[in-house]
Amino acid sequence: MSGILMFSDKDQVAYELLSKGREIKAALWNPRKQHTPKGSRGLPLAAVILGKGARERATEYFTYGAEDVYISEADAFNVFYADVYADAICQIAETYGFHIVVIGSTRRGKDLAGRVAQKMEAGCATDIIGIDLKDKDVMLHRYMLGGNTVTTELIKTPNKVFACMPKTFALGEKQPADVNKIIEPDLKLKDSKYTLVERKEKVGESVNLEDAQTLVCVGRGLDKKEDISIIEDLAKALKGEIGCTRPLSHEIRWLPEDREVGLSGKKCKPNLCFSVGISGQIQHTVGIRDSRIIVAINKDKNAPIFKIADYGIVGNLYEVIPKIIEEIGKL
Amino acid sequence: MDFIVCLKQIVDLQQVRIKKDTREAVLEGLPFVFSDLDMNALEAAVGIREKDGGKVVALCIGNAKLKDTIKDALARGADEAVLIIDPAFDNLDPRGKAEVLATSIRKMGHYDAIFMGEGSSDSYSGQTCGRLAALLDIPEISYVSKLEFTNGTAKATRSMDDCYEVVESSLPTMLTFTSEINSPRIPSLMQIVKAGKKPIQLWNNVDLNVPADKLAKEVELVSNLAPVEQRKMLIFEGEAKDVAVSVVDSLIKEGVLGR
Repeated sequence: MSGILMFSDKDQVAYELLSKGREIKAALWNPRKQHTPKGSRGLPLAAVILGKGARERATEYFTYGAEDVYISEADAFNVFYADVYADAICQIAETYGFHIVVIGSTRRGKDLAGRVAQKMEAGCATDIIGIDLKDKDVMLHRYMLGGNTVTTELIKTPNKVFACMPKTFALGEKQPADVNKIIEPDLKLKDSKYTLVERKEKVGESVNLEDAQTLVCVGRGLDKKEDISIIEDLAKALKGEIGCTRPLSHEIRWLPEDREVGLSGKKCKPNLCFSVGISGQIQHTVGIRDSRIIVAINKDKNAPIFKIADYGIVGNLYEVIPKIIEEIGKL
Repeated sequence: MDFIVCLKQIVDLQQVRIKKDTREAVLEGLPFVFSDLDMNALEAAVGIREKDGGKVVALCIGNAKLKDTIKDALARGADEAVLIIDPAFDNLDPRGKAEVLATSIRKMGHYDAIFMGEGSSDSYSGQTCGRLAALLDIPEISYVSKLEFTNGTAKATRSMDDCYEVVESSLPTMLTFTSEINSPRIPSLMQIVKAGKKPIQLWNNVDLNVPADKLAKEVELVSNLAPVEQRKMLIFEGEAKDVAVSVVDSLIKEGVLGR
């Protein structure tokens, strides 16, 4: 038997994975053409939920297409220990015969992916930004060479681990599967090899740049820290969030680190992205490339940012932005 | 304490050019450097060594140019280096890399902690660390933004998506770093000169004997091309007010700015 098993530490991402999972299942399994052995269900689409409230959370998983949901509310899952979670997922995959494990590529998800793959002797790709189904092959896409290129990859091992970026797949229609079964597997768990001492929320900011419909990104083109206020004014006028390039958040530290947009920061898909004083290094633009409309403001008309912009404004941001705010105010 | 820092040799990504007609990346002749976050890992190890003593060994898999690339890590404070150079190790998958690193680390003998970046600047796959920790059967603390060692224990702050976690682990342990941990130093001229005299060991697969099936590719790279940009690329220049009127008008027509 084989099947597809989904897991994410974020329910929302799990729903996205399940939505795409239905398509993957349809591509890999055609009940009209393939013989389904008696008592077997072909290619089950299942999910894992671990920790308190798992049973309750399962309901919503079913509506996004999960046929079986494996749950455990064991105390061992009260803290997200990557080694313990990875062990549990591997045990479920092995006991119930899943050959594809799909994980949400969050920080915690990436922690799991390598470990699960190593234990399952599976080839693995992380930070997947797209999946194409070609015949019976699952073609994966991810950034390579620091975002300069996008690959097409094919995992050749019988067992496979796919870790997909949040927001890669649209949510499917809520459509309960034919089978809705909660299974409580018998797990043999060991203690984690490390211990959590303290958990601190990232304070002050609860920015969710990935969900922002409008984004204003700022870079080194800004003269001084106080001038962030002009960016705040623009963001306010546009009802958007503020993101920045890596130098701003990590080198001169004018903005907090969780506002970094780019390969090592957030990858955003807003409807509208304003890029202000940003030259357009690939390490940053990877994070805005999926925006529907990009407006760039830069005084250097040769800046690479204009190559990925829909509307490029060659000019002084200190002159242009107040005028743009003024125009928006008239709407 | 004895630290092993794993550094990934990559091409200098700032210098990658894309062929216009084929959209392929031109990599021939590009200089090699170490991945950014691995340099943060090295800085973290060297910083602790300078305070508490011990030894920092740089461990790298790479091509023949690695003998050159490694000088930067030695100048930045690594005490010695183990270089794994063998054509059999070219283009390894993360699994193959983890196998080679695990075999090398077992051969290197005693260590208290293994340091590396949480992902590499070129592929950002972040798998090698987890696979290596699994192979060595040691704890792995990832995304470290703060670190101290006390009484034979590593105490680290992990920077997660929405919170910080302070965790502890016994030694030996594996630590992977985010850039929040530090700003890597720029080596002085004196350090660069001294780097040339530090001991380097060269190993290949005759020394390591990693079986071929552990090195086999698990993932096939079907293609690797620069994405096609489909942007309007309309440029506005001139009076700030006129430009603002035109752009805001365009954005309303696009439906991304509302009345």
